[in-house]
Amino acid sequence: MLKFENVSKRYPDAGDVLLNVNFHLQRGEMAFLTGHSGAGKSTILKLIAMMERASRGEVLLDGQNLNVIKEKQIPFMRRKMGLIFQDYKLLQDRTVFDNVALPLIIAGFGHHEISRRVRAALDKVGLLGKERKYPMTLSGGEQQRVGIARAVVNKPPMILADEPTGNLDPALSAEIMQLFEQFQQVGVAILIATHDISLISKMNHRVLKLDHGQLVKG
Amino acid sequence: MKHAKKNYRRQEAQRPPKKDTRQTQRSGGSLSEKLIAYRDLQAHALFSSLGRLLSAKFTSGMTITVLAIAIAMATGFYLVVKNLQQLTGNLEASNQISLFLKDEIAEGRAKRFADTIQQNPSIQSVKLITKEQALKEFVAYSGFGDAMNALEKNPLPIVIEVIPKSALQDSKSMTVLMQEYNQSPEVDFAQMDKQWVDRLQAIMDIANQSSKLVSSILGLAVLFITGNTIRLELNNRREEVVIEKLVGATDAFIQRPFLYFGFWIGFLSGVFAWLIVTIVMLLLKQPIEKLSGLYEGAFHIVFLGFLETLSLLLISCALGIVGSWAVLKYQLHQLKPE
Repeated sequence: MLKFENVSKRYPDAGDVLLNVNFHLQRGEMAFLTGHSGAGKSTILKLIAMMERASRGEVLLDGQNLNVIKEKQIPFMRRKMGLIFQDYKLLQDRTVFDNVALPLIIAGFGHHEISRRVRAALDKVGLLGKERKYPMTLSGGEQQRVGIARAVVNKPPMILADEPTGNLDPALSAEIMQLFEQFQQVGVAILIATHDISLISKMNHRVLKLDHGQLVKG
Repeated sequence: MKHAKKNYRRQEAQRPPKKDTRQTQRSGGSLSEKLIAYRDLQAHALFSSLGRLLSAKFTSGMTITVLAIAIAMATGFYLVVKNLQQLTGNLEASNQISLFLKDEIAEGRAKRFADTIQQNPSIQSVKLITKEQALKEFVAYSGFGDAMNALEKNPLPIVIEVIPKSALQDSKSMTVLMQEYNQSPEVDFAQMDKQWVDRLQAIMDIANQSSKLVSSILGLAVLFITGNTIRLELNNRREEVVIEKLVGATDAFIQRPFLYFGFWIGFLSGVFAWLIVTIVMLLLKQPIEKLSGLYEGAFHIVFLGFLETLSLLLISCALGIVGSWAVLKYQLHQLKPE
């Protein structure tokens, strides 16, 4: 599903943030990406989400090399992944329904299909009935679940999460992780960047550990 | 809430096969469904952008007023030229020559002079206008009758109107004829009517050209103001654009509401400009008609016609869209998710 082959990323003013990173995330596999701040977690996510391009090496998603992908193709590649953020990145002036529907609207789905899928996604994250609420009126955990519903509504084969539980207490974090496991069980590949060691240790999943830009475990 | 959940589950259970086939599809349904979705998307962008424009009443109002004034000025210039052209357009460029005789020439000598001119085979007709006839005509048509009565002496000269035969249309032989007249002792000066029609025409051309230039500059201003408005709007909605990009929106998708926003700005400015122009014209109508009445009603104020109003609106919309598009083309690439 996702393959890093000798990937390095160098910034002119910061030097090498990633150095010869190799790993392969299988379809339906769940893995944690961990390491100290500045170890390169975000850079890896940025490379996958095509916000940055690798300086050397190849990032392959579904067999396609993201380094050579054309600018015009980026939106279509991004539809193959659901992104989840620490700060949720929800549109505050739109309802929960509209937030979750956004990827479907962008992909050009019809009205009925959108309605059906959004409700299915909200049902999965336990927010059915809150479609008409605005994000501001929801708790942090609920907002993150809206973010997750938005990430999975288009049924992408892969989910990327950047510190998804960073703003949540341990109980809520555990709930969110259980949610991720449910998605994994239906064949979605999941990569979660986090520095929450206790959370990682409680769960039995692959751990990719970064140290100063190099993969030391994984 | 629970009820809704149950209901939903029941619906799902009733049609599982259909749901399953749809799930495997990458994007939504049949072609007609997609077309309907696309239409809905356009309609939504059209009306939501109008809503956005109207919700920021003060800012939008100021922008649209400035744009409307610029467009109204350009339209105003156009109308001034159009109205003046209506005045000069009636003047036929005849090749009549007017000979203004010297003041001391008596009527009898003038008549003899006219006869000699008539004998020239290249002249078609000659008409003598005496001082008295000229005065009568002047008093009747100019509206300065009282002023003329106040003068002790008739200041108007005797005029001989000479119409050459059509064979003499070319300018060289006309010039020779003019020189000949100018040198004769009876003539104060000779003037070709065509000459001053030409001159007036030249002045009109300049006015026309200037109006076009000024309008282009004003159009450019409209373009830049719209562009700047869109740039600000884009900045306000930065967060939204970034999120849309992250969930796979194409530039076309992101641009759409902004282009409609530009369209609405252009359209509303056009409508407002039309109102300004129409009100100004209505205010001017009466004084101009009054003046025209004093000149035998030869002139009537001309408003914008249907097609001209339509072009005004179309050009306004086009400027709004093009101004937005140019900014989006440049700025959307700069807006990258971080």
